[in-house]
Amino acid sequence: MSVMETEYRFTHKHILGIEDLSAEDIDYILRAAESFKEISQRPIKKVPTLRGKTVINLFFEPSTRTRLSFEVAAKRLSADTFNVAASSSSTTKGETLVDTARNLEAMNPDIIIIRHSRSGSPRLLANHIDASVLNAGDGVHEHPSQALLDMMTVREKKGELAGLKIAIIGDIAHSRVAHSNILGFAKMGAQVAVSGPATLIPAGVAEMGATVCESVEEAVADADVVMALRIQKERQRDPLIPSLREYAKFFGITARTLAGAKDDALVMHPGPINRGVEMDPAIADGPRSVILEQVTNGVAVRMALLYLILGGE
Amino acid sequence: MDFSPLHEASTQPVLLVNGRIIDPANGIDQTGDILIENAVIKAIGPNLQVDPQVELQRIDLQGKWVVPGLIDMHVHLREPGDEYKETVASGTKAAAAGGFTAVAAMPNTKPVNDNQAVTTLLLSKAVEGYARVYPVGAISQGSSGDNLAEYGEMQAAGVVAVTDDGLPVLDGQLMRRALEYASNYKLLVISHSEELSLSRHGAMNEGSISTRMGLIGIPRVAEEIMVYRDLALARYTGSAVHIAHVSTRESVSLIRRAKEQGCRVTAETAPHYFTLTEEAIGSYDAKAKMNPPLRTADDLVAIKEGLVDGTLDAIATDHAPHSELEKDVEFDLAANGIIGLETAVPLALAMVREGLFAPARLVELLSVNPARILGVAGGSLAVGAVADVTVIDPERSFRYDLEQVVSKSRNSPFLGWDLIGKAVLTMVNGKVTYTDI
Repeated sequence: MSVMETEYRFTHKHILGIEDLSAEDIDYILRAAESFKEISQRPIKKVPTLRGKTVINLFFEPSTRTRLSFEVAAKRLSADTFNVAASSSSTTKGETLVDTARNLEAMNPDIIIIRHSRSGSPRLLANHIDASVLNAGDGVHEHPSQALLDMMTVREKKGELAGLKIAIIGDIAHSRVAHSNILGFAKMGAQVAVSGPATLIPAGVAEMGATVCESVEEAVADADVVMALRIQKERQRDPLIPSLREYAKFFGITARTLAGAKDDALVMHPGPINRGVEMDPAIADGPRSVILEQVTNGVAVRMALLYLILGGE
Repeated sequence: MDFSPLHEASTQPVLLVNGRIIDPANGIDQTGDILIENAVIKAIGPNLQVDPQVELQRIDLQGKWVVPGLIDMHVHLREPGDEYKETVASGTKAAAAGGFTAVAAMPNTKPVNDNQAVTTLLLSKAVEGYARVYPVGAISQGSSGDNLAEYGEMQAAGVVAVTDDGLPVLDGQLMRRALEYASNYKLLVISHSEELSLSRHGAMNEGSISTRMGLIGIPRVAEEIMVYRDLALARYTGSAVHIAHVSTRESVSLIRRAKEQGCRVTAETAPHYFTLTEEAIGSYDAKAKMNPPLRTADDLVAIKEGLVDGTLDAIATDHAPHSELEKDVEFDLAANGIIGLETAVPLALAMVREGLFAPARLVELLSVNPARILGVAGGSLAVGAVADVTVIDPERSFRYDLEQVVSKSRNSPFLGWDLIGKAVLTMVNGKVTYTDI
């Protein structure tokens, strides 16, 4: 696979966050993903690119979609994949993350894909091992592959990211997806507007590149993309919102909310959806929704990431 | 670096010659000599004439600074309980290496120093240390915030102040009663000011960086609300309160105003709060994690202003040793605290070089005021005063690397830094416990 560039080289050993990537890096990853997407549409969905490479999925948090997406991506590139789930891992026996990392390292993997509930864990892992580390979501920090697949999906539909208005609605404070998307879309020249209950808008989100809007209507006005975030009931230790009922009524995405967006606005959600809370089911399943295309593109983006961090040319 | 523990150090008279004697308590800043004999300052002045028959150790300082022994009023020695992190011996050795002749030992040991037995144990260990140890007792039994500890008995055993440091006293009534009851014994109450309902689970200062890093923030108001409460309680009860580890601009302002109103308040800050900002956490470096957390550049400026204008009385390190077991883990699981005894002098000297204040002010912050606040000996080089003396070479540059570390723990964000200024001799009770001249 050769992506035609004369000067540019992709030099990242790890993918820990969108924060570490330049606009050029993102563009390069998305273009690689666009070419990998075709493989998944073939009758024989497999290429030998990563034959003999070892990929470990180290998941300390439950995940269906992301873990499966990475596994599918690795297998379509012919890598050997192994899944380590938190329930069967040693951490429950008191082993530290660093010890776990060193033990995995001793088995000479090429890539460790990690999901962890603690922000910064992928960095800790990368500090202690030689293998490449790919962040599949850490705490409320980042979820870079999700942001990349979101950007890929929008770019497919809109042609260009620069100049678009992206509205992200909901629990910005506890969403690693929102953090990566704000950073990513802003780097690509899009305008990002966020809104939600003020209790769920974190300090300093403007410095990340987003405009904070007091009302959902203001954020959605003339938007090209409306993205709703999952209300993460399990993460909330504070009295953040009075009830899901009230949330759905004032912050859920409905046909009425969407009326202010552009006619051809895309509706996105990183999943899994609390149907009827952050999004009206009619909208999630409606013609503007690209939620399932996000999933399809997820495999392509992850193939591109695995390929690129192993130095693919 | 040469060290001698107190019980082994020579009691021979010492003549320090050609030093720049900086003794703000007595209005002195001049070149001269100091004779130390029988654990007291025997004579002081230019060109001291000494009986040639007397056998003494003569040390030529070549213009280095001679100051009253530095006192760190906020240190965690970890003994008893966590001897793998630090002991009285290793902690006081680090103190001596940093120029400190005395340290106030916080009570959050295992068990908590909330009774005379623990106080006595601590003091018995100190005999073989390298610096004086002033035990600080707990405000509440077990520092659990429920009942008052026995201040009278602890004081009789040697406690110089009380605090539940490491934890705030959440119950306003208990804090009020502590301030009232401590006044019977003229015992200082030290406030760890933190409103836990606002800071709980937090890992760093709340702001754009905590958001970007996905870490739960500790807002500045969590400190400021409690600073205000304890200032108000001190005013109401008429008791003295000391605010520990001040880290925010608004805390400095609150303390400044309380002092103007005649409130009996003193306050300290730590070197990291006038040297580092939250940016030092970089990519999840737990060596820059402590409580209160590193704040912003604006807070750092305000801390310096407070040190200059007298709002803040003391520099104390909050020396908090932790091993890799507590630090080399996920950032939000990592323990709070950094070691600080060995780096305080050069970091504070940077403000003298910046022109913020004269060397005499530095000596007030690190010696005169801590002695006065705690009501302990020291802080003066007057003839007859206790012979706790520190010699500082303000020009000596050194790299603070792992080989250099004297503390048993290595959790310092200043590792690898090139520092200027170093304590080169520490004398406790007339005995030289450390030299690196």
